[in-house]
Amino acid sequence: MKPLIHLENISAGYDKNIVLNNVNLKVLENDFIGIIGPNGGGKTTLLKVILNLLLPYSGSITKDPTLKIGYLPQINSIDKQFPIMVKDVILSGRFSTNRWWKKPGKHQLTKVDELLEFIGLEHSRNSSIGELSGGQMQRVFLCRALISNPNLLILDEPNTYVDKSFEANLYNLLGELNDQMAILLVSHDVGTISSMVKTIACVNGGLHYHPSNKITNEVLQSYNCPIELVSHGHVPHRVLKHHDHE
Amino acid sequence: MVMFRTGYLSITIMNELLELLSFAFFRNALLAALLTSIIAGIVGSYIVAKRSVFISSGITHASFGGMGIAYYYGWPPFLGAAIFAVLSSIGIEWSSTKAGLREDSSIAILWSLGMAIGILFVFITPGYTPNLMGFLFGDILTVKVSDLIWLFVIAVVCITLIWLFYPAIVAVAFDNEFATVSGLPVKPIKYLSAIIMAIAIVLSIKVMGIILVLSLFTIPAATANLFSKSLKTVMTGSVIVSCIGSLTGLFIAYYLDLPSGATIIFTLTVLFAVMKVYKLLK
Repeated sequence: MKPLIHLENISAGYDKNIVLNNVNLKVLENDFIGIIGPNGGGKTTLLKVILNLLLPYSGSITKDPTLKIGYLPQINSIDKQFPIMVKDVILSGRFSTNRWWKKPGKHQLTKVDELLEFIGLEHSRNSSIGELSGGQMQRVFLCRALISNPNLLILDEPNTYVDKSFEANLYNLLGELNDQMAILLVSHDVGTISSMVKTIACVNGGLHYHPSNKITNEVLQSYNCPIELVSHGHVPHRVLKHHDHE
Repeated sequence: MVMFRTGYLSITIMNELLELLSFAFFRNALLAALLTSIIAGIVGSYIVAKRSVFISSGITHASFGGMGIAYYYGWPPFLGAAIFAVLSSIGIEWSSTKAGLREDSSIAILWSLGMAIGILFVFITPGYTPNLMGFLFGDILTVKVSDLIWLFVIAVVCITLIWLFYPAIVAVAFDNEFATVSGLPVKPIKYLSAIIMAIAIVLSIKVMGIILVLSLFTIPAATANLFSKSLKTVMTGSVIVSCIGSLTGLFIAYYLDLPSGATIIFTLTVLFAVMKVYKLLK
């Protein structure tokens, strides 16, 4: 199967600081990859490279011609008092398929209504985003990522501002969406995502691909990935051992 | 008796108004106030939504440098101001994204540097001292027909751009990283809007002066923001608020013989306060 996006020997960073070193990653159709790693390990840098926001120092990126990316950024980077209505936020996601001077088409307006119904916010169509709660806003931004029918959905820490009850809800939505598109999910919270993703990529300078969603502390250690692992079982327990590797 | 008196008063006011309008300088002042309101309403809403009030303030003050240089060499002062404003707005954008200078620091540097250059050149200009008060606080009663033409052209440009490209402009202003990812031409839109912002501000300096001009861009937008859910309605609302405020201010200035910049700001602030209270009570 042809990969949607293929990163080969990518090195990237800011100024003279190399954050990612010789990273390889292949994303196939209907993949669901959880990207985990410590803060400063390069998760965001990896996303920026994939999203064309950062030019890597070296390496190559091959994108399938059909690739259409839907992106859900961390919502703390967004001005919540900006005067904009929910429907316009969602419609602003159409520019990856519309030329920039185009007005929205009829099918896009219908799609907005469908998406709002999908996330259960059909009554907030004409609200300004400032009136929404953090979780509702997160869902609206998810719709913005979905309106151009992407085949790769990229989510950056989608569970940061979401309350626990919605978190489960969000993961169900993502499970449904995964039938139609590949998903890359960045999260610091390994325990929660490991149950829903299909495979895991540990990013800490380098990238270690783990072809399963079962991951243990020992494996994380061997991947040089010092993060907190919360495992879910009948008796939840936390493994709090941190390892600082060179 | 009272009725008679108010009737009499309103007739005299009407007569005086008509008489006023027969003066070219007052007609020009009125037109300038209206055109500036349109420009300031549209551009100001954008500035306020993007939280770029401080940048705009820096650009405004930096433009004084260009004015001083133009005065020294005998060029039209507003041309010098426009060049300085455009260069400093591009400079701020460039120095914070490319040169790694913190944005508020680069604004402060350009702000004071521009003022310093301006005052130096005004000082060494031989012969007469130009009307500094006019630059600093505005001089709406000396507006010329050529100023009006410029104001008209920029008003038309603003309206046309918003009318044609509103969705893309909002998308870039709201979340420029996401807009970049979607493939919108973020950089051209940013630089173009920086240039238009600079020109709009410089043209409005004629009416309000360097020190007061930013209030014309921010108070109406803040007022309209109280009742709006989208940038479009903020723009329309602030054009209306700005027109009401600046016309009322202009008449007050005329009848009480006060500086028009100051009376316009007082009127706008009172309007804002009234609307804010109305919203709180509602």
